[in-house]
Order: sequence, then C-alpha cells, then structure tokens
Amino acid sequence: MSLISEGAEIGVPLAARSGVAEPSLAEVGDYIALMKPRVMSLVVFTALVGLAVAPGSIHPLTAFTALLCIAVGAGASGALNMWFDADIDALMTRTQRRPVPMGRVQAGEALAFGLTLASFAVVVLGLLVNVLAAGLLAFTIFFYVAVYTMWLKRSTPQNIVIGGAAGAFPPMIGWAAVTGSLSLEPVLLFMIIFMWTPPHFWALSLYKTEDYARAGIPMLPVVAGDASTRRHILFYTLLLVPLGVAPWPLGFAGPLYGVTAIVTGAIMVLLAAQVLRERRPVERASKKLFAFSILYLFLLFATLLVERGWGGLIARLTA
Amino acid sequence: MTKPLKEEGIVLTAAQKRAQRSRSIAIALALGALVLLFFAMTLVKGPAVLVRPI
Repeated sequence: MSLISEGAEIGVPLAARSGVAEPSLAEVGDYIALMKPRVMSLVVFTALVGLAVAPGSIHPLTAFTALLCIAVGAGASGALNMWFDADIDALMTRTQRRPVPMGRVQAGEALAFGLTLASFAVVVLGLLVNVLAAGLLAFTIFFYVAVYTMWLKRSTPQNIVIGGAAGAFPPMIGWAAVTGSLSLEPVLLFMIIFMWTPPHFWALSLYKTEDYARAGIPMLPVVAGDASTRRHILFYTLLLVPLGVAPWPLGFAGPLYGVTAIVTGAIMVLLAAQVLRERRPVERASKKLFAFSILYLFLLFATLLVERGWGGLIARLTA
Repeated sequence: MTKPLKEEGIVLTAAQKRAQRSRSIAIALALGALVLLFFAMTLVKGPAVLVRPI
C-alpha cells in the first residue's frame, strides 16, 4: 500500500493539488494598479474643489485626512470593480492588461484588498472627520460596486447614466467634510459630473463598441446602435452645458468661471455635433470629444478652485 | 521498515519571496502612516477628538 494516492499529479505543486491558492507574485505596483490611480486622481481633484469651496473652516490636517480617505475609498471601489469584472476585463483590449485578468493578482486577493481599503477609508473618515462624510463615502463605494458594477453594467444600456452618480459624489463628500451638511451648491457640482458622465463614456464606447460587444456589456452603441448613441451624446451634452454654467448666474461662481463654462461648453456642443455628423469607420470626432470632455470637467473645477476656493484654502492653511 | 514521508509544504520561489517582502514592507509602511495620522489628529483635535459631529 502506498501513502501516495493513485492518480496523484506528481508534477503539480502541492498548493495546487491541495486546492490552496498558489503563493502570490503580486508586486506593490499591481495593487496600486488595482486602485485605478488615474480615476483616483480625478476623484481627489473634484473632492478637493468641493472641500475648498465649502464655507467654514477646516484644519489642514483634517482636510488632508478627508482627501486621503476619499482617495482610498475610490481605490477600494476600483479594486472591487476589478475583482467582480475580471471575466469581462479579460475580453476587452482596454482592460485585459489589468492585474487580475493578467493573473498577477488573484481575484480573491483583489476582493480582500478592496474590502480592507473600503473599511479603513470609511471608518477613519468617520472617526477623524465626520459621520456624514463617512456615510456618503460608504454609499458611494456601495453604489459603484453593488449598483453599477454588479447590477447595472451588465443589465442595461443606461448603466453609465445611473452609475455615473458614483463618480459624482466626491465633491459632495469634500463639502460635507468641511460643513457636516449639504446644500444646493454641492448638489450642483454633483449634477455637473452626473450629466458629464454619459457623453464622456458614450464617446469612448463608440470606438470601443466591438470590445463591449465581445464582453457582452449592453453599452448604448451595442444595444441601440451607432446613430442612436450619437444622438444621445448630443442630447446629454445640451443638458450638461447649462448645468456647467449654472454656478455663475446662481452666484456660486464669478465671471471667470462663467466665461470658462460658456466657452468650453460651446466647444463640447460643437464636438458633440461633429460626433452626430460622423459615420463609421471614422472615429476621430468621438476620440476628440472623449479627450476634450476630460479637459472640460477639469477646467470647470479648476476655475472654481482658483476663483472661489483657492483664497479660502490659503486662508485656512495660514489661519 | 519505511521512513516517514517528509511534509513537502509550500516552498516559495525567489520571485515569490521578493514579492512577499515588498508587500510586507508596503503594509508596514501603511500601518505606520495610519498610526502617525491618528497621533497627529489627536494632537490637532485635543479632547475634541472624541466629539464626532454628524
């Protein structure tokens, strides 16, 4: 009688034979990639603007802690998204080099990493800043992971319209970190990002349609077709531009912001109109709109920061 | 008489050891930074550190 059972795979490592995961080869850089650093940077920037334009005072270290927690919360959302979406990420050219589909990080590791970061971010924000900001951060992570990633993304072409709310919350969290409350102004900042998300992502999906179709994601161009998506982009851009200008007439921003919002908004409408006229296989207009939409949002928030927030931020730092 | 089989265990390769070490260092640094953050915030807030307004 042998102690080695018949049919045992001699060449297979013990870990694999026993059902235990192989020891990880993941480097620190892979975990940073799980946090989607580019998305994080936009989240931190919009949160900083929300924090800077909010009335009242906040200690610089408390402000730093709030931004750190928001950044880590965004990173947690990214890691949990990559854990759940590993199957479809592997099918799309844009995402197939992510750590989980590449096999550098195991799905379970991404899940554990995301849950740990999310817990720390929410608890630390609640303990060191305030409970409203922590509650909003927890809701944002839940919304992005459970509502958008697990439910909407694979089930409806309206996925990014509703799911866009997750990316729109950071300025509200920044505002809540300072004031401990919410008002019309942070809601307006929320609405700008919320309305910006559909034309931004639909412009991308127009030249990545095959990718989304291969992965079975019901993005608008896959489900409703190219022409309908182009009409939707123009429609949402026409809704976005007045919202972008609104802080000026409502008295939340000055003339510099107003002029920036009008000029960049006009360019957005022009590019969206070009996208409407464009026909496949030419994709230049959609690529241009996608790139400019990032600059548009950045310019709006940067101008607000310079005009409204910068002075207040400096005063707080030197107080 | 047969000799008892030695437990094979999981032997890490050099690359796995290197990756594990870099992850351990990153976790240690993150926890250290968290301790410093809590310490500094306690100094900033003073007794009010226990007051957490909603």
